[in-house]
Amino acid sequence: MTVLMAAQALSRSFAVGRTWIPGSGQVLRAVDAVDLEVWRGETLGLVGESGSGKSTLGRCMTRLLDVTEGQVVFDGQDVTALQGRALRPFRRRVQMIFQDPSSSLNPQRRVGDILTEPLAVHGIRARVDIPARLAELMDLVGLPEAALRRFPHEFSGGQRQRIGIARALAMEPDLIIADEPVSALDVSVQAQVVNLFAELKERLSLTYLIIAHDLGVVRQVSDRVAIMYLGSIMETGATDPVFDTPAHPYTEALISAIPVPVVGPEARRKRIVLTGEIPSPTSPPKGCKFVTRCPIAQDRCRAERPILRGLVDGRSVACHYPQSGTLKELP
Amino acid sequence: MSLLDVQNLRVSFTSEAGPVTAVHDVSFRVDAGEVLGIVGESGSGKTLSLLSVLGLVDKRVATVTGQAMFRGQSLLDLPDREMRRIRGRDIALISQDPMTALTPVHTIGAQIVEQIHAHERVSRAAARARAVALLADVRIPSPEKALDRYPHELSGGMRQRAVIAMALSCNPALVVADEPTTALDTTVQAQVLDLLRALRQSHGSSVVLITHDMGVVAEMADRVAVMYAGRVVETGPVANVFNQPWHPYTWGLLASIPPLTGARQGRLYSIPGMPPAPGTLLPGCAYVARCPAAMAVCHTPPPEQGNGAHRAFCFLDASQRAAARQKVGALT
Repeated sequence: MTVLMAAQALSRSFAVGRTWIPGSGQVLRAVDAVDLEVWRGETLGLVGESGSGKSTLGRCMTRLLDVTEGQVVFDGQDVTALQGRALRPFRRRVQMIFQDPSSSLNPQRRVGDILTEPLAVHGIRARVDIPARLAELMDLVGLPEAALRRFPHEFSGGQRQRIGIARALAMEPDLIIADEPVSALDVSVQAQVVNLFAELKERLSLTYLIIAHDLGVVRQVSDRVAIMYLGSIMETGATDPVFDTPAHPYTEALISAIPVPVVGPEARRKRIVLTGEIPSPTSPPKGCKFVTRCPIAQDRCRAERPILRGLVDGRSVACHYPQSGTLKELP
Repeated sequence: MSLLDVQNLRVSFTSEAGPVTAVHDVSFRVDAGEVLGIVGESGSGKTLSLLSVLGLVDKRVATVTGQAMFRGQSLLDLPDREMRRIRGRDIALISQDPMTALTPVHTIGAQIVEQIHAHERVSRAAARARAVALLADVRIPSPEKALDRYPHELSGGMRQRAVIAMALSCNPALVVADEPTTALDTTVQAQVLDLLRALRQSHGSSVVLITHDMGVVAEMADRVAVMYAGRVVETGPVANVFNQPWHPYTWGLLASIPPLTGARQGRLYSIPGMPPAPGTLLPGCAYVARCPAAMAVCHTPPPEQGNGAHRAFCFLDASQRAAARQKVGALT
């Protein structure tokens, strides 16, 4: 497996509550020294609750946000400091799909114009070839060609998300970063779009980084997953072992907290209801970030922040006392 | 006798293109002490049905017909003044977004006290003491302090708890909870669902739980009504509806949820097409255009299957169901 994109010790801080009084305000580290690799050809699911920093991390990796510390490496090239024209080739190869398709499509322009603009800007197709390419894109995302002459408001939520996908595909990207691509959609339409992602990946050999809070969707689409909490990655590894035998107590609690649509004896399962709420990201706990809500916290967890360590089965976990798997010996 | 009995509820709006019917002949009942889940996708009419029963739709644009009996009183015929007395005291509403249910310019305490004063003649001190007890009931830490907080000072989960406390302030017989946990994070949702379950035991209120999340229904409800395009298509005890669903829409809905356990399938089952726009409905089954088991006869009004607790509006009868579901592939 080759690494297509990597975040290396990536941090992003925001100043909050700063006024004219010198020394006022606090620093919020939304993403805190995160290492994350996206391998070529895979789908990586990035999961977390609101405030976990998953969207900020995604935006830093697409360079929609500047990075405070650390690097973003894409296809062997450090893209952290690229500016202006130098960013263009990177912009073409890494495309983003947003949560709300209505607010990411210009309501005053027809779908055809929305899709033509990036093709022209990046000079991917000669003017004369653009109409054929537009028809091809509509076909890829399962919309009729007539859709090109209509405005975004004439479509349903699911169809609008298909337009958002078509716009990303227009660039023939290597990597698509999708931030909550189906969470605004109803269940029956959500399944269609989830399947479309899978189909496009096979047809166009794409790589995805899918950011979502819905663990069911993430499990369905991802080869690997990374679980974030308060700006740090708590656990990462192949999807099945992470879901079947979570190593981090947070992963375990998160999975067990989801209401499942099953009634009867099979529905009875171990349910961990966490006490308390996510601490303020401006003043995270000193030791492990999860310590204030962790059901198995020890003194060591309050004193020493665990780093992300490899398990024998290939996963990594940031916990002193993993619930499953064996920690690899430190070199 | 049931606490709330809604029969043939129909809600239509006037539009430029003539009247648009958004809720068609919806009937359901809520018994004392039970939780009725109403599930459906956006636009299925689940919220609108309940808001019309509570008299919360604008009468200038919406026409509500049918019958809604609450403790022997016909709600739809009550004058506004009478209805206001019932709302908040006998029937409480918990809305999806706690920020719209709370005013930002008053403290949590002032808002709960106001609600108590609106319905009961009690002293300020007594109302305040009750507010503290309610905030403690919904497990808000240090309730005396929380009383003097403004909504923006609380997190989303705490705000929703404050709204629940307000809803329970007059010991309502019925609580209508419209997507009460949709805006919350997974771990906080688990806490609030736990709380709702505990409160239902201690306060003994009946609950109508409106949600799009089949998981929440399975965990919380005793009975469920599945709505599609403004109609109830299937209703019954949760065990029946989840384990032996009758209506093809319910099959599809259950099968399109990505599971958390078991072998992962390459593709999810998905319902083709999308729900019909309101106002374009044909005389037959509203699901016919998307139904993989549709027959020619489905373009005429579907009969009601079942005569016990479990019912569905569909032409498929008991002998055809299993084979049709197999053929459709909507097995979970």
